[in-house]
Amino acid sequence: MKVGIIQFPGTNCEYDTQHAFAALGCETQILWHKEETIPSDMDLVVAAGGFSYGDYLRSGAIAKMSPIMKALKIYADNGGKVLGICNGFQVLTETGLLPGALKRNEGLHFISRHHYLKVVNNDNIFLRKCAVNQVVNIPIAHHDGNFYIDNEGLQELYANDQVLLKYTDSVGEIENPNGSVDSIAGICNKNKNVFGLMPHPERAMETLLGSDDGRAMLEGFINA
Amino acid sequence: MKAIVNVFLKNGVLDSQGKAVQHALSGHGFESVKDVRVGKQIIIELNESDASAAKEKVAHMCEELLANTVIEDYEIEIQA
Repeated sequence: MKVGIIQFPGTNCEYDTQHAFAALGCETQILWHKEETIPSDMDLVVAAGGFSYGDYLRSGAIAKMSPIMKALKIYADNGGKVLGICNGFQVLTETGLLPGALKRNEGLHFISRHHYLKVVNNDNIFLRKCAVNQVVNIPIAHHDGNFYIDNEGLQELYANDQVLLKYTDSVGEIENPNGSVDSIAGICNKNKNVFGLMPHPERAMETLLGSDDGRAMLEGFINA
Repeated sequence: MKAIVNVFLKNGVLDSQGKAVQHALSGHGFESVKDVRVGKQIIIELNESDASAAKEKVAHMCEELLANTVIEDYEIEIQA
């Protein structure tokens, strides 16, 4: 299992992500954004968190113009598995690999804390090791995590089981930290090979550091 | 030639920053404030002599990068 992790100027979660997948026994490789191809032996490509290009203009907007994004689009169109975490999720929506957009948090504050999430769908490789309605404890750290999609797009997400995670309290009741439509924290594309979420599963790998609920999530990609 | 691009959230997409500014103004006694929207302005200098060609190019820039048309609208003004 080989995982490629995209690094833009301003990405800052690439080494945490590398550490997390290495802990699960994966080989990893950092992919600089100037690369024009995705190595053919990659089983998964992760767009990691951070502040690509300082979030200038809009979060993820300038990153989508990087050479590697063209290659990533081809990789995804051919069925390659892609995961976008936090800023990576923003980059994937900006690129059009995932529907919707991520706006400034409704309360305008940067939010950095643990948050509970409820698994809405597990009929996909990402969350197949989690149970539907399972509540997981995962850190969030974002300023622009307010997921927006128009009503038609939202209905389509539900119809195709593309809504994967919602922000909740510890017993799974909706608790919306940032104003996201229907409290949505993570989605996938129609073909279920491109995934995006604002919370950071790679920061929830050790009980000593607050939670290891991220393990079961990332393990879904192993031998998928 | 200069292009002035204004980018705003679409009508119907909640503008939290606009609302915060509106509340602050109202709270400071500016009672006539009905609504506030916060956007951004991008000023582009162009090597272009034809205004309609310039506008077309800038519209392309807006679609490609300057605006996220899922949530934003843009207006372009060309100045000689």
